[in-house]
Amino acid sequence: MIATRDAYGEALVDLGKENQNVVVLDADLSASTKTEKFKKAFPDRFFNVGIAEANLMGIAAGLALSGKTVFASTFAVFATGRAYDQIRQSIAYTKANVKVVASHAGLTVGPDGGSHQALEDIALMRAIPGMTVLVPCDGNETKDAVEAAAAYDGPVYIRLGREPVPFVLPEGTRFEIGKGIVLSPGVTREDLLSKVSDEPLFDVAFIACGVMVKAALEASEALSREGLKCLAADFASIKPLDEELLHAIARHSKAIVTAEEHNVIGGLGSAVCESVCSLHPVPVKRVGVKDVFGQSGEAPELLRAYGLTAGDLVSAAKEALKL
Amino acid sequence: MPLTSCGNQAREEDLSRTAGQVKDMAKVVRRHVIEMIGEAGSGHPGGSLSVTDILSVLYFGGVLRVDPKNPSWPERDRLVLSKGHSAPALYAVLAEKGFFDKGILPTLRKLGSPLQGHPDCRKTPGVDASTGSLGQGLSIAVGMALATRLDGRDSRVWAILGDGECEEGQVWEAAMAASHYKLGNLVAVVDHNGLQIDGPVAEVMSPEPISAKFQSFGFEVHVVDGHDVEGLLRLFTSLPRNGERPICVVADTIKGKGVGFMEGAVGWHGKAPKGEELVRALTELGKVNEQ
Repeated sequence: MIATRDAYGEALVDLGKENQNVVVLDADLSASTKTEKFKKAFPDRFFNVGIAEANLMGIAAGLALSGKTVFASTFAVFATGRAYDQIRQSIAYTKANVKVVASHAGLTVGPDGGSHQALEDIALMRAIPGMTVLVPCDGNETKDAVEAAAAYDGPVYIRLGREPVPFVLPEGTRFEIGKGIVLSPGVTREDLLSKVSDEPLFDVAFIACGVMVKAALEASEALSREGLKCLAADFASIKPLDEELLHAIARHSKAIVTAEEHNVIGGLGSAVCESVCSLHPVPVKRVGVKDVFGQSGEAPELLRAYGLTAGDLVSAAKEALKL
Repeated sequence: MPLTSCGNQAREEDLSRTAGQVKDMAKVVRRHVIEMIGEAGSGHPGGSLSVTDILSVLYFGGVLRVDPKNPSWPERDRLVLSKGHSAPALYAVLAEKGFFDKGILPTLRKLGSPLQGHPDCRKTPGVDASTGSLGQGLSIAVGMALATRLDGRDSRVWAILGDGECEEGQVWEAAMAASHYKLGNLVAVVDHNGLQIDGPVAEVMSPEPISAKFQSFGFEVHVVDGHDVEGLLRLFTSLPRNGERPICVVADTIKGKGVGFMEGAVGWHGKAPKGEELVRALTELGKVNEQ
């Protein structure tokens, strides 16, 4: 178990060793976002701009326009909400090489409550032209995502969580920007892309990101035990979306269930619907927060209270099959 | 008159000659500004004309270290036009400086033009930052100044702000950071023309006293007449290239400077002169002796 934010801190230190050009910024939350690990290792390339998120993004843009690879971190709610215009204008419009890596996203922030639980950040970032949006599900995928973001020249948003999460992806799995990952044993991406069949191969396909990937796997196993044929896939790259894999999944499945720790408006579920409806229409149920703000509570309680458990995914799948 | 040595006298003659050249260029720039905005049918003449002398001194007075043939030269000085709506003045200066062909100036604000309504550094050679949403340029300049220091370059970063723009809170976040990081390679110039879209800055929402505010934020502050070319030249060339703290120049200007009916008139913030107005403006700006 490791929180994705911890994996981020470690990945930054590795990057800093390899690449002198990497500069990291934070806005007084370095102990929480884990950029403090980089600060300790490379104090000259770390800048804490204080509680000033707009300035954080502007300074990040200026550094990037001068050739630096910049990582700018704070909580997701402040990064994408408070500094939205700076991300839009100073970073994205300029195609600046800034990686906005935001921690404490979603309900699992927990007791801090609804004010601090970003549930619309994916929607905000996804709607900005040219922005890459990544939501890794575990520590290893986070490290891959950070590495891939650093290697890519342009703005990237990476969404991380506060709570420790188990390692979900099989060993040896490599994340790539723009590629989904098929998680069901015995099924490969290549199989799905190449197979031609008149009958659907799967009753339900679960497409998830972040903390919900684990729930998707559990739901898939539970339904398999009931005799249904299920597929689970991790779509950490929400933008660009792996439409090739998505359409293959849609072609081979009776229904799709999406799962994310985000509003059902504008996130992964929306991205999936927007894409499949135009090429391979198939019933889609979106599991997520149902257009409400969160509240205080412990992370597991909140996931239960807002319908984000494996059980909720099972129910959604059964409903989807009735559509 | 104080006694001056021969060296000083030579410098004064030099300065006077340079000032003459800058003034000629400023005339050319003002004419371009009016022609471009007239042709576009929209744009912001008031703030473009108030900042023209400042930009002309920077680019034609030998203050900025730039190479028009190599706009992305790493050793160059950077200029962030934070008050991005004054883009026509910047475009005219960059074109006259040789960053791009003057022939494209009339395409301002037209579909497919590299000259966007507000500066776009991905489209226009010589533009160092994309701006337009007010209040963001000084932060970008702070980032550039930090990068300059990290790379051990002696380049300087200039940010040009409006006085109305100083109502944006982000300006002060950036000012705080510039001072905190002791960015002696950063100069903020405030085009202090006293007017914003809805009226006099003092009536809409006064950010005054601007110079005292920058001073209290840790800047070395200079107040200057923003249309006194000799004064601007003297000041800009005397500023330390990398001092102990950031510098702020509050340049008192007249919105619409150079076109009588636009001077000090709120209505010309963001309106294009048409027909008779355009003729009057260009007549007033007069014929220009193109070199």
